[in-house]
Amino acid sequence: MSKLVLRRLDRNNEEMLINFGPQHPSTHGVLNFLVETDGEVMRRAIPDIGYLHRSLEKIGEMVQYPGYMPYTDRIDYLAAMFANEGYAIAVERLLKIEVPKRAQYLRAISCELNRITSHLVSIGTMATDIGAVTPLVYALRERELLNDLLEALCGARLTYNYHRIGGVAFDMPEGWRDKVLAYLDRLDSSIQEWDRLISTNEIYRKRLGGVAVISRAQAIDYGLSGPNLRGSGVDWDLRRDVPYGAYPDFSFEVPVGCGWAGVVGDCYDRYYVRVLEMAQSSRIIRQALEKMPDGELTAKVSRKPKPEAGEVQSRIESARGELAYYLVSDGTERPYRLRARTGSFMAMGIIEDISPGLMVADLVALIASLDVVAPETDR
Amino acid sequence: MAQFSFAFPKPGTKKLLVGATLGAALAIPALLAGLLVFLVPMVNKPLLDAFIREKLGHVPATWVGTQWVYAAALFLAGIAMFTFAAITGGIFSWYERRVAARIQSRIGPNRVGVAGFLQWIADAVKLLFKEDLVPGEADAMLFRAAPYFVVAGMTLVLVALPAGQAIVVADLDVGIFYILAVTSFIVVGILLSGWSSNSKWSLFGAIRATAQVVSYEVPAGLAILVPVLMAGTLSTQGLIRAQGGWPWEWFFFRNPAAAVAFFILFISQLAEGNRTPFDLAEAESELVAGYFSEYSGFRFALYFLVEWANLWIIGAVATTLFLGGWQIPGVSAQTWASVRGAGSFPAFGWWALQFVSLGIFAVKTLFLVNVVIWIRWTLPRIRIDQMMNLCWKYLVPAGFAAMLFTLVWQMVATWAPIVEKITALVVFAATVWVTWRFLQQTRKNVSLIAHERVDLSNW
Amino acid sequence: MNTIEIHQKLQEALGDAVGPLSEPKIDSFAVVKADRILEACAFLRGTPGLEMDFLQDLTAVDWPKRSVIEVVYHLYSFPHRHGIVLKVELDRANPVVATATTVWKGANWLEREVYDLFGVTFTGHPDLRRVMLPDDWVGHPLRKDYQEEGGFHGIPNLRENPLVELRRLDLVRIAEHLKANPPPPPPPPAEPKA
Repeated sequence: MSKLVLRRLDRNNEEMLINFGPQHPSTHGVLNFLVETDGEVMRRAIPDIGYLHRSLEKIGEMVQYPGYMPYTDRIDYLAAMFANEGYAIAVERLLKIEVPKRAQYLRAISCELNRITSHLVSIGTMATDIGAVTPLVYALRERELLNDLLEALCGARLTYNYHRIGGVAFDMPEGWRDKVLAYLDRLDSSIQEWDRLISTNEIYRKRLGGVAVISRAQAIDYGLSGPNLRGSGVDWDLRRDVPYGAYPDFSFEVPVGCGWAGVVGDCYDRYYVRVLEMAQSSRIIRQALEKMPDGELTAKVSRKPKPEAGEVQSRIESARGELAYYLVSDGTERPYRLRARTGSFMAMGIIEDISPGLMVADLVALIASLDVVAPETDR
Repeated sequence: MAQFSFAFPKPGTKKLLVGATLGAALAIPALLAGLLVFLVPMVNKPLLDAFIREKLGHVPATWVGTQWVYAAALFLAGIAMFTFAAITGGIFSWYERRVAARIQSRIGPNRVGVAGFLQWIADAVKLLFKEDLVPGEADAMLFRAAPYFVVAGMTLVLVALPAGQAIVVADLDVGIFYILAVTSFIVVGILLSGWSSNSKWSLFGAIRATAQVVSYEVPAGLAILVPVLMAGTLSTQGLIRAQGGWPWEWFFFRNPAAAVAFFILFISQLAEGNRTPFDLAEAESELVAGYFSEYSGFRFALYFLVEWANLWIIGAVATTLFLGGWQIPGVSAQTWASVRGAGSFPAFGWWALQFVSLGIFAVKTLFLVNVVIWIRWTLPRIRIDQMMNLCWKYLVPAGFAAMLFTLVWQMVATWAPIVEKITALVVFAATVWVTWRFLQQTRKNVSLIAHERVDLSNW
Repeated sequence: MNTIEIHQKLQEALGDAVGPLSEPKIDSFAVVKADRILEACAFLRGTPGLEMDFLQDLTAVDWPKRSVIEVVYHLYSFPHRHGIVLKVELDRANPVVATATTVWKGANWLEREVYDLFGVTFTGHPDLRRVMLPDDWVGHPLRKDYQEEGGFHGIPNLRENPLVELRRLDLVRIAEHLKANPPPPPPPPAEPKA
């Protein structure tokens, strides 16, 4: 850990300094927290990231526009579809391409399926971090089925590389639609099962309710987004408020935290918003499958697109909050500057200021409830 | 949903293998029972004296070998108890993993022997062969010594813990007090291991464990006082003899405060055994593994042996104090005496009854063990301040109240014994009703997800 | 309120410190003078009717030809659902700008990232240190003229082409294998293989 941080600590104190990571079961990847504790109570937890920095933004300046698509998978390997879609939308806006309707619907379906898988991992690992090992297995069981579906759609279970500039790579395979519908029926009942299993558990509610409260003003000030922002009671969803792709065609609700187990903006709110969002994703997929139009899968895009000089930003609602690609083009076939703003990175920024006074066990809950994923923070 | 059925392949298991494993599965408990029934009652001065007099043909008071025979008997009993602890610990480790797998809708160990029964032997052998690492910065002597304190704390409990009418190594007059005292050895071991590992996480876990065990000794002690007051003795066998075979003769039902005390004791024992929801000391998602993070190989195996052997102790102590212990319904003390006969050695029927009493004790204990395992794989972990709150704000006052209530209750029961009988029947009926409601609710919950039943045909 | 109106309001408040809105090639932006950016941010955040409470993104772009590093502020307002992009042009040799952490706390980490990868110093930042890279890293990788060093603390960053390496390793292994087990003499050509 950095000397700069160590210098900030008082040497003549009674606190214990612990490295919480980089190899720790609850850090969800490789990241480190320098935890200053006085017994069980934390004075501060300073996040130290960068263990998974793969200079994806620099790589973006070296490859051509279509060639960057597989790299976007690695931005967030639990929700790669969103990284695909955000990049595709950014380049499409730069090239002024209209995406065919069918491709937009397929994008929405694939993204929402991916949102469910991502949230399943999030809530499952959260239960494990709180000490209940069993729910994780149930969440992963559901996720395996979804991975099968996504594999049938795009041939990969984790790094999909499914979206293309101007559309999507493949159409739905035969019989896939029925499988998805069957799965969604199952999902709706398994969300209820999940509630009976852990959401209504008294110990679980006591562990999460009223813990690590992020107020509405704080959440906005720190630039939180996605479920973390909604958990703090801000009614905001890019899919509804700044619609993109096929989302204007669907009706769905945006779950907002309302203090289910204590205070608005506590860990339980952030957790339960995700549970409710899975049901809404299921609703969107049903509508998309129902209204699915015929047509092309991709617009006509040259194989070496050369956009005019200019800059563009695309914002999409990823599973971990707002994913914004900022692309600057200088008129060549490679991006001049590629920037991905991710939800996890912003969420990491708040941990140091929220952590004082929490217990060590609460830090685990806080990290899990913010759904921080190391590759997305580090890129 | 046909496309989503999870049909696991059925391995073509060889018949010989099945036979061998099932044989082992039957033979090991049978051997254990035999060991307990025939060895442990022999650690008894009159019996040994009779053995020397009649089988060896010496006068026990004057013969030189008498002390050697006593020592040999004690040694054999010690070996028997330790083997018992090791083997039950091992079997429980396999059993817990299978039950956990069932709860989590997965399969669990199923490769080593039928249903993976021999898994625990394989694990033990594997751990024995692993390198015994001592961290470079650790206090090597304390680090090496710590597991033995833990093991000693566990095995010493077995000395006074009965498992049948005559199956107890030493029926101490202060039996239950002794059990409470030697359990504290485990804390010493845990603290030593946490400190000597020279790892902050280990220390964290050790401090948590110590705070927890020391705190929960208080409600446990108060809860134990309730049956002690009712029986008027501290001896474990005496506590069981004060109860009867039928459920309404158990302490649990005879006194409403005893029912409360049972749950206080059970919760405290979960906490003292570091079982979920009180597994703060080894919380893997917070402290990686807590006080035994740095251990490997055989010493690591010792910690796990103690953890699982503790399951038996948790169940056995609660059974002894509240659930009638080894008492066989309809078999009174007179029956025991008459079956034993007047000879210096007990008659065959007595030995048979010992088996029955052991079986009854084991069934009750295993039921509680099941509950402990089931709780572990169901509940999340509580936080340390909640743990302390529960102990000092709820359990300790409740324990005091139960104790005071019992004092009054004993006076009432002496004055009018019919009150105790009626209470026992009422509480028993209430328990049956609650159990019935619980089973109904479980059935309802199961039927809600019945269509998702996972085929575990190679169990 | 659309971008043009926001820009007009900003210009009214800050005068010539705010440049014109860029000709909308695709997305437009306004360049603000570096010493007035904090004022502009505070104005946009605090003025009723604008209330840009969400610092959506803060990043930088390096332009060696113009010898400029641009710091880009993407601002957005949750209550009014409008946004604007501001840019600050800094001297590439000594890029210094006031921190926006006083306006949005979320700027903390974003500015650390820009400091880490571009070397822009944010004056008044509470905790300005590298975020992605190790503290003793030399250089700022997202600058266009960044040259990788040969390695980092003895960890090489160059390796041979994996295909070449694999082939080489394979050859070594095959050679070792052949040395250990010399091939049997070829069988007599009895029957031709199908």
